[in-house]
Amino acid sequence: MSKTLIRGAQVLGGDVQDVLIDGETIAEVGTGLSAEGATVIEADGQILLPGLVDLHTHLREPGREDSETVLTGTRAAASGGFTAVFAMANTHPVADTAGVVEQVYRLGKESGYCDVQPIGAVTVGLEGKKLAELGAMHDSAAGVTVFSDDGKCVDDAVIMRRALEYVKAFGGVVAQHAQEPRLTEGAQMNEGVVSAELGLGGWPAVAEESIIARDVLLAEHVGSRVHICHLSTAGSVEIVRWAKSRGIDVTAEVTPHHLLLTDELVRSYNPVYKVNPPLRTEKDVLALREALADGTIDIVATDHAPHPHEDKDCEWAAAAMGMVGLETALSVVQQTMVETGLLDWAGVADRMSFAPARIGRATGHGRPVSAGEPANLTLVDPAYRGVVDPADFASRSRNTPYEGRELPGRVTHTFLRGRATVVDGKLA
Amino acid sequence: MMRHLISAADLTRDDAVQILDTAEEMARVADRPIKKLPTLRGRTICNLFFEDSTRTRISFEAAEKRLSADVINFAAKGSSVSKGESLKDTAQTLEAMGVDAVVIRHGASGAPFRLATSGWIDAPVINAGDGTHQHPTQALLDAFTMRRRLVGRDAGLGQDLAGKRITLVGDVLHSRVARSNVDLLHTLGAEVTLVAPPTLVPVGVETWPCEVSYDLDRVLPKSDAVMMLRVQRERMNAAFFPTEREYSRRYGLDGERMAKMPEHAIVMHPGPMVRGMEITAEVADSDRCTAVEQVANGVSVRMAVLYLLLGGNDSDSAVTHTRTEENK
Repeated sequence: MSKTLIRGAQVLGGDVQDVLIDGETIAEVGTGLSAEGATVIEADGQILLPGLVDLHTHLREPGREDSETVLTGTRAAASGGFTAVFAMANTHPVADTAGVVEQVYRLGKESGYCDVQPIGAVTVGLEGKKLAELGAMHDSAAGVTVFSDDGKCVDDAVIMRRALEYVKAFGGVVAQHAQEPRLTEGAQMNEGVVSAELGLGGWPAVAEESIIARDVLLAEHVGSRVHICHLSTAGSVEIVRWAKSRGIDVTAEVTPHHLLLTDELVRSYNPVYKVNPPLRTEKDVLALREALADGTIDIVATDHAPHPHEDKDCEWAAAAMGMVGLETALSVVQQTMVETGLLDWAGVADRMSFAPARIGRATGHGRPVSAGEPANLTLVDPAYRGVVDPADFASRSRNTPYEGRELPGRVTHTFLRGRATVVDGKLA
Repeated sequence: MMRHLISAADLTRDDAVQILDTAEEMARVADRPIKKLPTLRGRTICNLFFEDSTRTRISFEAAEKRLSADVINFAAKGSSVSKGESLKDTAQTLEAMGVDAVVIRHGASGAPFRLATSGWIDAPVINAGDGTHQHPTQALLDAFTMRRRLVGRDAGLGQDLAGKRITLVGDVLHSRVARSNVDLLHTLGAEVTLVAPPTLVPVGVETWPCEVSYDLDRVLPKSDAVMMLRVQRERMNAAFFPTEREYSRRYGLDGERMAKMPEHAIVMHPGPMVRGMEITAEVADSDRCTAVEQVANGVSVRMAVLYLLLGGNDSDSAVTHTRTEENK
């Protein structure tokens, strides 16, 4: 097997070290390591992180291969420094059986760019009425541990309670898309000053917060763990903070776009800013950053949601919701969290690798950078500055809100079990 | 003048007064036996209506024809929003046919803005109503009607609505007419009060340049004009208010309430009126109600907008034509 020596990188943003990869594992971490027989990567000034893990990705296959496939999505993931992604269940057909999750799992293995861990649907067809075969999906080759009807809220309190109880048998977690459906009928954007002016249907913060409040209480009652997807409001932060202080087993994620963008952008009526949950206000953005820094929000997850051009090149109301995010996530986190002094690189490693791997039980990922561990690694040049050009994306879709925007940082190398998937910023 | 007319908020005071003054000139054409000016001869205007609105379409069509433009009416009713690409494709088809301006009505807020700013077409875009967002020519015709009634037809030239107290009553939440009027009337110096049940006032209204009241009876004595907004019957089923009768009791305008208004005050309605619920027949048919005048004024105002957007830079202006012909 081949050897690679990463020379002089700041491991987790801390000490400058050499890291020797031998085959699929990290052989040695130290200073002045021998380069004999190894490909050498000079990593002066670069940050070495454990391979990033995304707990919330939409790969669209099966069913919408025109927007993304497992192959193109995992190439995008590798470009963004990810070594594992959790693929959401809202495909066509829905990933609500062992057959579909095994298919996605197998496609991930075949792609070779990034491990794909399928998420199973909570309910049959995401319809919120009948539990899907959660146990069969867990027992399948895909070994599903995370269940979500993402895109739709499990709004029936009884179904949610049963799902939370049921997955305890195999250590699963239910990831909730918190959106009270009646309060968000016809919703197009955050309800507030901007929606009032633009005449677009409002998505009130309380529609998210009321579901989170209910679900943390349900999780407490049945003694299970619940994960809150793409938390987006200051009020949601308060509820999660309270639940954690009470000892409730809740985890939460925030997307990069909710850390950076606000609903003021919707004034352009450009559907590239249309996303669910919607972009909120400056006050929300600052509360989310703070909560990610203090650990109230556990992780960053991309909610990478690819859509073909024609689904965005239209009037706002007709446009699909969602943004691609795998290839810009780390840069946005660097800008909003690291360069603001809220989080150091060790904190980034925690929020984007250790913690998501722990929540999703992704064995082999989110491991320390030390000898004997799987060589899932990401090397970042934090000094880089570049303007986002969607034409450079590996994702099949281009619906990024950052086109033309300068973002810091660049993933120069990604290693999946010792094999380079990205070299010098290009897919290997 | 600007290139497009998308939102009443985009108009400066001077722009708005210029449109109203030009509309007065245009109104003279309607008084003549041959109601036509050659101003837009050889220009093609498309009325692109993705949402039904016979009144607005006919008003624009009359305005276009009085300015001698060639008119194409395109009714793309119904399914357009579900097939998102149709707006872009339709626009590009029209552009390819050499259309000089597009008047668009669309059920989706922001559709005219997208049309004007996405590089899909080059032609000027005039918003004839988009979703619950804006309906700027409606606001202009309302302001025109108010200026005529409250300031005077000739005395009003060059004037705005400074100090006039205007009350808008009804479904503000879903009303593009309310949004447009709040913006324009504020620009013209009027003091605007919105009156509605709290369920029909948008969250975020506190940043609007107007007052909000839930009590119609207290506002009426201080109003120079009271504009009733259309309330759609289906709102009742969505629990915005308990019953039609209760709405009518609290927010409907009947003769008794009208009597609380100052003597000079007018009652306005963008039409079509739901008689009995939001306005009684007694009020609708009184000479204080300007609903019919508003329709006539709509044509003059739309002529002014089309002229200023499309012909305003030509040396032989419509206004010159009007005066020349009158001097003959």
